[in-house]
Amino acid sequence: MNSSEGKLKSSSSELDLDRPNIEDYLPSGSSIQEPHGKLRLRDLLDISPALTEAAGAIVDDSFTRCFKSNPPELWNWNVYLFPLWCCGVVFRALVLTIGWIIFLSCFIPVHFLLKGNDNLRKKMERALVELICSFFVASWTGVVKYHGPRPSMRPKQVFVANHTSMIDFIILEQMTAFAVIMQKHPGWVGLLQSTILESVGCIWFNRSEAKDREIVTRKLREHSQGADNNPLLIFPEGTCVNNQYSVMFKKGAFELGCTVCPIAIKYNKIFVDAFWNSRKQSFTMHLLQLMTSWAVVCDVWYLEPQNLRPGETPIEFAERIRDIISVRAGLKKVPWDGYLKYSRPSPKHRERKQQSFAESVLRGLELEEK
Amino acid sequence: MGNTSSMLTQYDIEEVQQHCNNAFSQQEIVSLYERFCQLDRNGGGFVSGEEFLSVPEFAVNPLSQRLLRMLDGLNFKEFVAFLSAFSPRATVQQKIEFIFKVYDSDGNGKVTFNDMLDVLHDLTGQFISEQQSEVDLILEMPLFTDCKQVLTKVLEEAGYNKESLLVMSDFVKILGSSGLKMEVEVPVD
Repeated sequence: MNSSEGKLKSSSSELDLDRPNIEDYLPSGSSIQEPHGKLRLRDLLDISPALTEAAGAIVDDSFTRCFKSNPPELWNWNVYLFPLWCCGVVFRALVLTIGWIIFLSCFIPVHFLLKGNDNLRKKMERALVELICSFFVASWTGVVKYHGPRPSMRPKQVFVANHTSMIDFIILEQMTAFAVIMQKHPGWVGLLQSTILESVGCIWFNRSEAKDREIVTRKLREHSQGADNNPLLIFPEGTCVNNQYSVMFKKGAFELGCTVCPIAIKYNKIFVDAFWNSRKQSFTMHLLQLMTSWAVVCDVWYLEPQNLRPGETPIEFAERIRDIISVRAGLKKVPWDGYLKYSRPSPKHRERKQQSFAESVLRGLELEEK
Repeated sequence: MGNTSSMLTQYDIEEVQQHCNNAFSQQEIVSLYERFCQLDRNGGGFVSGEEFLSVPEFAVNPLSQRLLRMLDGLNFKEFVAFLSAFSPRATVQQKIEFIFKVYDSDGNGKVTFNDMLDVLHDLTGQFISEQQSEVDLILEMPLFTDCKQVLTKVLEEAGYNKESLLVMSDFVKILGSSGLKMEVEVPVD
């Protein structure tokens, strides 16, 4: 990504936020040899631990693994499955088209004619959005199992979930009309966002803008306090991850002074890899891929709402919730910030390593003086 | 990307294996090829510095810039040869040779005082600064907190001095006796 010095600095200050110790997650053993006893030339020249770590990162690293998608396997290329599959695709496209027709023919009149009667309009728009989401899910032959009590509409509560693809939102929306915070996208998705999703109350953010964070935090707070607003759904990972790992949660959702209700989503990979690799595919291609695969099977767990414990920082709170969700959905936790997809890691990490090596060198020297 | 192993023929694998002196098994070479293609996002046939730095674990390593100079523009065969020092099948001699190459940035077979100083700076960053001396309050003796002084002192104790030019055999003498642990495991599906 071409970013000017200024931009990189601002994003690294984002990442600079005090966060749980990365050393807790990474394999134990310091990366730089800590000399024991008197400092010898050998201790200074032996850079093998740092080299091993670098080579290890080149060969395999936990960050890239989070965004690895499985190559789609051709399962329908034979005489008996292929015609069935073709019929299936046609049928699904039909279902989706019917869904859109019904939706638009109800939504447009409701939106314009009921402009005066806000309450009723909102109720109807909510129901219609839930409807179109159900049609979407049907068009992918979606089999979604919901576990746990359905979320209730209460003020001062937010919902957080792990993020695999934009369809997470559709799958959750078909049950309950959430308001969501999303990155503004270009193209037809952006059009949908600005027209239909406005009606359920959505908040937009722009990843590449530094000042954006404060504005968004304020909007989040306002929304969560309002009793009338739809419950807010936030994906604290900030980016799509491949449903086998979970990256660090951003603390924004956890410092609003609200109850946090975790939702865990797990897709069954046998049927399709629902991970949206935004670097490889556009959303349109991703949807088409879903529509032409066997099925989208997933489990959604609504987990027990949590509150900030006394003496707990928002970051610890975020980690606790990430733990709850990761355990439920069988995800491995990694200590990386999802935004490292777009920017470099903060120099703090390197400095920490340098500091510990410098200290042990000085300690080795001290042992001689005394 | 699809199935990358289909782009690598048996002949290619054997050629790469020969080039790295059988440091890796054929399966490991296939895995390394998949990884190489994964890192080489623009498909240029080599992994650029930017693409390496997009791996956060690599970017935070204090020696990343030095290694990038050695990694820049390598094709797959050379990439595997580069990593061969980290194979469990590599000899201690090969590992020490690699470390020597990291120090010897101008590749003339001699490591100078400044080469060693540069690496020490990379490893300690700003935490051992130039020309800064503190006084130990208890012993009232000057504490050397300067990279140059640390390195000079340690060199002299080992029988060298600031002007010494270390060659490969010196490195073998210094590092050979210690149990050098420098191994990386290539994940094989």
